[in-house]
Amino acid sequence: MSDPREPLRLSADRDLCAGAGMCALTAPEVFDQDDEEGLVVLLHPAPAPEHRAAARMAVGLCPAEAIALNSRDATDS
Amino acid sequence: MSRPPCPRRRTGCPLDPPAGLTALSDKPLRRMRYADGHMGWLVTGHATARAILADPRFSSRYELLHLPVPMEGMVSGELPPAPVGDIIGLDAPEHTRYRRLLTGKFTVRRMRQLTERVEQLTAECLDAMEQAGPTADLVEAFAQPVPALMICELLGVPYADRERFQGQVATIFDQTADAEAKGEAYTALLQYLGELVLAKRAEPTDDLLSDLTTSDLTDEELAGIGGLLLAAGLDTTANMLGLGTFALLSNPEQLDALRADPALAEQTVEELLRYLSVADPLPRSALEDVEVEGQVIRAGETVTISVQATNRDPHKFPDPDRLDIHRKATGHLAFGHGAHQCLGQQLARVEMTVAFPALFARFPTLRLAVPPQEVPLRDRSNIYGVINLPVTWDKE
Ligand code: HEM
Ligand code: SF4
Repeated sequence: MSDPREPLRLSADRDLCAGAGMCALTAPEVFDQDDEEGLVVLLHPAPAPEHRAAARMAVGLCPAEAIALNSRDATDS
Repeated sequence: MSRPPCPRRRTGCPLDPPAGLTALSDKPLRRMRYADGHMGWLVTGHATARAILADPRFSSRYELLHLPVPMEGMVSGELPPAPVGDIIGLDAPEHTRYRRLLTGKFTVRRMRQLTERVEQLTAECLDAMEQAGPTADLVEAFAQPVPALMICELLGVPYADRERFQGQVATIFDQTADAEAKGEAYTALLQYLGELVLAKRAEPTDDLLSDLTTSDLTDEELAGIGGLLLAAGLDTTANMLGLGTFALLSNPEQLDALRADPALAEQTVEELLRYLSVADPLPRSALEDVEVEGQVIRAGETVTISVQATNRDPHKFPDPDRLDIHRKATGHLAFGHGAHQCLGQQLARVEMTVAFPALFARFPTLRLAVPPQEVPLRDRSNIYGVINLPVTWDKE
């Protein structure tokens, strides 16, 4: 299990995004979709601890591998 | 060695996949002979299906696919390319261009804003059903009209015109209809939408089709996209509502749990999506040699993803054949995966999350009016479901 206190850094690639909305559905505090194209908008690249589990789940659910998680290099944030 | 064709006849419980499919769960990828003799593949493992659906080396283009089930009257195995606007049969970059024009109209937020409207439409259907009761065909009274009214309103298609499109859509999804009948139905549907697009251009109204006339899409593209959205909106959620009600009535302890706690509606919907997997199967064709699970899928070979089987993969969903509204069913592939993942999924979720609890709240004594084995099934359609669902309830 990952440590919930471990910092978490998210990135989103709108070129890959399929606009399916799984991220905004799963972690609405962290991800949104813009109104024009419905593509991912990253609200919080370093989400608060209480939103990290949902953010991780969204990364796993994204159908287009458009959002990524790299908790290693997040110490600088 | 001769390989068996894709198992598809449901023989046991109508809510379970065919016996031949679940038995394959320990073999995520295996060879399968197609209707036209093509030697391709069948995927029944969840992780394998996800990987293939997300991989751009697997194409959705119809002209590259072999069909797992034969289509009546079709010569050889050759499918024509996707008609204009049918984005399901396109790859990037053509697919991406169309899809980007549409995704903004189907965001989580926009679809949630429709909640109240879905509630009203649902209540109206339930009122009519109650007045005509205490018996009904749940499909005709409820499962069909709720999503049909909503998609018509969203697109700007007059519901009163439904004689001009409902039968056509049914024929397009019907596996027993021959290629010619399907072609005629599709032409008629496009003709109808073509007329509508012209009307919207002349006199825009507040709806999605009118909205899209301001994009750079041609009339032909607009009619094709409108046809796809209308067909997808009419015949998918409707089957989830009909079959889902059948499933809940057949699992009274699950239904009681939902009734006791309507906050379970969202996860009930996910579990029903997983358990029923009505849109099945999903075909893809390898554009180059790809190694998957230690085997090489050669360029040109078709891979059929069995959504039903992957959604009952015990490695992903423990005790998969149990309908359990308390489980975490997220991650199911009922809406597909990858670049083509269902565009209408957030609409479908809102519709179902509203409709199921409203139905069971209105009719606390709702039950089947025929023995379960007499419920007629759509086992020869691309979208599985019940044809009718005779129900009854106690009048106050
Ligand atoms: C519960 C109901 C529904 C189910 C189970 C379902 C299932 C699916 C699946 C599995 C796909 C992927 C096809 C593939 O990868 O080849 C898909 C695509 C699609 N769905 Fe749905 N769908 C549902 C409701 C809807 C609704 C209400 C709409 C209405 C707008 C819709 C519109 C579409 C469109 C346009 C696509 C094509 C997306 C693309 O190719 O990029 N669906 N659906
Ligand atoms: S889940 Fe993935 S594809 Fe869908 S909107 Fe979010 S980033 Fe885009």
